[in-house]
Amino acid sequence: MEEEGSAAGSGPRVNDFSVQVATVNGTGSQSANLVLLRTLFRMGIMASGKNLFPSNIAGLPTWFTIRVSGDGWIGSRRDHEVVVAFNRDTVTEDLEAVAEGGIVYVDDKFETPQREGITVHRVPFTAIVRDACPEARLRKLVANMAYVGVLAQQLGLDMNEVEAAIGAQFENKPKAVDLNLATVRAASAWAAENLPSQNVFRVERGTATKGKILIEGNRAGAYGAVFGGVQVAAWYPITPSSSLAEALIEQLGQLRLNPDTGKASYAVVQAEDELAALGMVIGAGWAGARAMTATSGPGISLMAEFAGLAHFTETPAVVVDVQRMGPSTGLPTRTSQGDVLSLALLSHGDTMHPVLFPAGPDEYFSMMVEAFDIAARLQTIIFVAADLDLGMNWWIAEPLAYPEAPIDQGKVLSVEEIERLTEWGRYRDVDGDGIPYRTLPGTPDPRAAVFIRGSGHDENARYSEDAGNNIKLLERLRRKLLDNVGLLPSPTVDEGGGAKVGIVAYGTSHWATAEARDILGREGLAASYLRIRSWPFDQRVLDFVARHERVYVVEQNRDGQLAQLLTVAVPEHAARVRSIGYCGGLPLPVEVVLESIREQEREV
Amino acid sequence: MATGAEKKPQENRIGLTIADYKGGKSTLCGGCGHDVITNAIIRAFHEMAVEPEKVAKLSGIGCSSKTPTYFLDRAHGFNGVHGRMPAMATGAAIANGRLQVIGVSGDGDTASIGMGQFVHLLRRNVPMIYIVENNGVYGLTKGQFSATADLGSKLKTGVVNELPPVDLCGLAIELGASFVARSFAGDVKQLVGILEAAIAHRGTALIDVISPCVTFNNHPGSTKSYDYAKDHEAPVHQIEFVPFFDHPMVEQEPGQVREVQMYDGSVVRFRPVEEDYDPRDRHGAWHHLKEAAVRSEILTGILYVDEKKPDFLQILDLGETPLVDFPVDKLRPSRAALDAVNASLMEG
Repeated sequence: MEEEGSAAGSGPRVNDFSVQVATVNGTGSQSANLVLLRTLFRMGIMASGKNLFPSNIAGLPTWFTIRVSGDGWIGSRRDHEVVVAFNRDTVTEDLEAVAEGGIVYVDDKFETPQREGITVHRVPFTAIVRDACPEARLRKLVANMAYVGVLAQQLGLDMNEVEAAIGAQFENKPKAVDLNLATVRAASAWAAENLPSQNVFRVERGTATKGKILIEGNRAGAYGAVFGGVQVAAWYPITPSSSLAEALIEQLGQLRLNPDTGKASYAVVQAEDELAALGMVIGAGWAGARAMTATSGPGISLMAEFAGLAHFTETPAVVVDVQRMGPSTGLPTRTSQGDVLSLALLSHGDTMHPVLFPAGPDEYFSMMVEAFDIAARLQTIIFVAADLDLGMNWWIAEPLAYPEAPIDQGKVLSVEEIERLTEWGRYRDVDGDGIPYRTLPGTPDPRAAVFIRGSGHDENARYSEDAGNNIKLLERLRRKLLDNVGLLPSPTVDEGGGAKVGIVAYGTSHWATAEARDILGREGLAASYLRIRSWPFDQRVLDFVARHERVYVVEQNRDGQLAQLLTVAVPEHAARVRSIGYCGGLPLPVEVVLESIREQEREV
Repeated sequence: MATGAEKKPQENRIGLTIADYKGGKSTLCGGCGHDVITNAIIRAFHEMAVEPEKVAKLSGIGCSSKTPTYFLDRAHGFNGVHGRMPAMATGAAIANGRLQVIGVSGDGDTASIGMGQFVHLLRRNVPMIYIVENNGVYGLTKGQFSATADLGSKLKTGVVNELPPVDLCGLAIELGASFVARSFAGDVKQLVGILEAAIAHRGTALIDVISPCVTFNNHPGSTKSYDYAKDHEAPVHQIEFVPFFDHPMVEQEPGQVREVQMYDGSVVRFRPVEEDYDPRDRHGAWHHLKEAAVRSEILTGILYVDEKKPDFLQILDLGETPLVDFPVDKLRPSRAALDAVNASLMEG
């Protein structure tokens, strides 16, 4: 064991380090990890927590990383300065993951390999828990709290905030709170007595989280549906989207019961599969309800045929894709942006669908709200492309912003409007914007009735196989989307003052990319930054590519799927587009972006 | 004075004639059983005086799924994708509980590609009429066997079906469906009575109708031909339907007639044909079906009915107001509600 302070290769790192905890899944480690994150949040320190877990219920390795950043960067980092090795099976690789000069807290019963340049503290976790928790059968439940206690003492967490965090985590259930707190205190006391004080990686109270919220991403997305006015939600359980549907059920019960009758103003149906889920959404959307489903990649594949039906019959539908790593079953509990091309063009024939890319919980919320309006306005299926990192991790984020625009139901003809019209056709482009008018089933006027179909149809919705008609229809459907991209969330642009290099990211790739750009800037590489928030791209995206000599597109898939869409959108500048695609399934590490851009820029 | 006034088309109690329930011209083959069913639907909806604008018609893909354009032009319709009508109908029924939903499907659409959705629709008891126009073959793709073709049934080409059939009615009873009927396109009177009872029902009304395909499956050796079905049809009862708006007749022969009161107040009277048949006896219905199959009989009639089973809208605890009728401002919680959400999330 090395001496105190020897880890300080470069002086104290206050509020600027990364912690990794290695545990076994199914042991309650998520509760312990969230107590740490809640404590940092309560202390006013910006941090991010990432749960890297297996597709398994109990017994396989799981890791939780916490990035503490006084500068507010919450992207993931590959290197970790503080490591808790709580899983015997992974102790060797966990020691490998420690940054030079870092500290490891390892169970004293584990055999550990020799490694130079780091500090290893052996902690009698079992004995601490045994003494803190007299009831043997409960020890398993609180065991993880032992490392919380050790870290609290070593990193300088405020014990009052740890206590409050435990209260929040266990919903103030007295027995659970007492047991967990006792374990934390015992472990903290042990560390104070037996470990040298640790002055390199420390936290200090701040104000960075003031006015911010701490929320699991999918819960924010679900709130977006609630405030977006969802009326029918149909879903089939699939990781990592299930928690959105489950949160939605809970939130609707709290916020959307009819105050007069106590009855629901919504319906949530657990469907028999993803096909049925989207089928119900389309049926409900046709009948005039704001309807949605939430799924992940395998579900998207199954929904392909129905997506084409919604597109072609011009029926509103909102689909959330909480992306996970494919192809096939892939890595069901690892994050990805691998569905972008699928979503944009889902289904056979010429189809195209608007896709929204939320980066954080507050945007997940606002884009869900907007998605219902856009689906109704454009009369089409729309995808909200979230991912596992956003959906299943807890984020310190901006508060959820109340929607300022009223709910938009789009061009729906009322019975009075029908009566005033001498004639009308379901698919006529009356306004020249490619968007027709629709009527809803049940409208009490015989002239409102329309029979719609997934087969060829003319502008009066009559069956048609006519060549000219089909060309006209498919052209209008394209125009309907491309001429109305202004309805979609526009990109955010941060110009680098004449920089030759442009960087593009979207969704959760934003966090690592923004930090990488900042580091590159300090190294002398100025770059403009554009964050795409929707597809099809608007003119600002195309102009951005045209203004920069080299445009790096950062995303979490192998093939640079959004980069491909970009090269198609600006073929004359296709050679400028350079893809940085990461398909490791972990939340995008800053180092991956940094190293890739550095390397490619060296070759220029 | 004109004494023999022109015979006016008969108006129903909401002042509509049969013409108001008609649709476009059928493009099916002459003599197709499906056209008979279409006409029975038109009659039943007219006689029950259903407002056509309150009806939503849905279908999947296949010859049968074309038929919703042939009836109730004044109703909205949606012809979707193959085998997925049940999910779309479920969504529509949930969104607007005032719609009278009718889905038309075929044996391929229901018993093969759509089997998954079909069984779950029955489990949920979604309020709708679900008609299977059952001819044992895929017509639009020119005559391949479907999953309801009987073992040993022969195609025109001589190919013999070697797989056992799916019995949609037996399956529906097994899964707890609340209204299960079988009929035959050659028995219009019975079919109209069943359809009227189905309109009066709340929950899923499954009606499996043997509907011969005159082009691909109406030859000797087929067990779904007109001749075969006529020879093998075995009605379990005669159906007399008394709509809720007609004065119910009181006189009846005691012990001879069973009566079931439907959800809307209509009454269905069942007059036994041979032995007594109780359509409220689920196990009995199932046994009758199995025994009839052994005798190669096609049991027809309302095989099972349960008017007490909650439908899916009741299970979802939806109120009287259809979801789509909620004013827009009721769909978004208040700014204060979101403030409270944010405040709680700020506590960490």
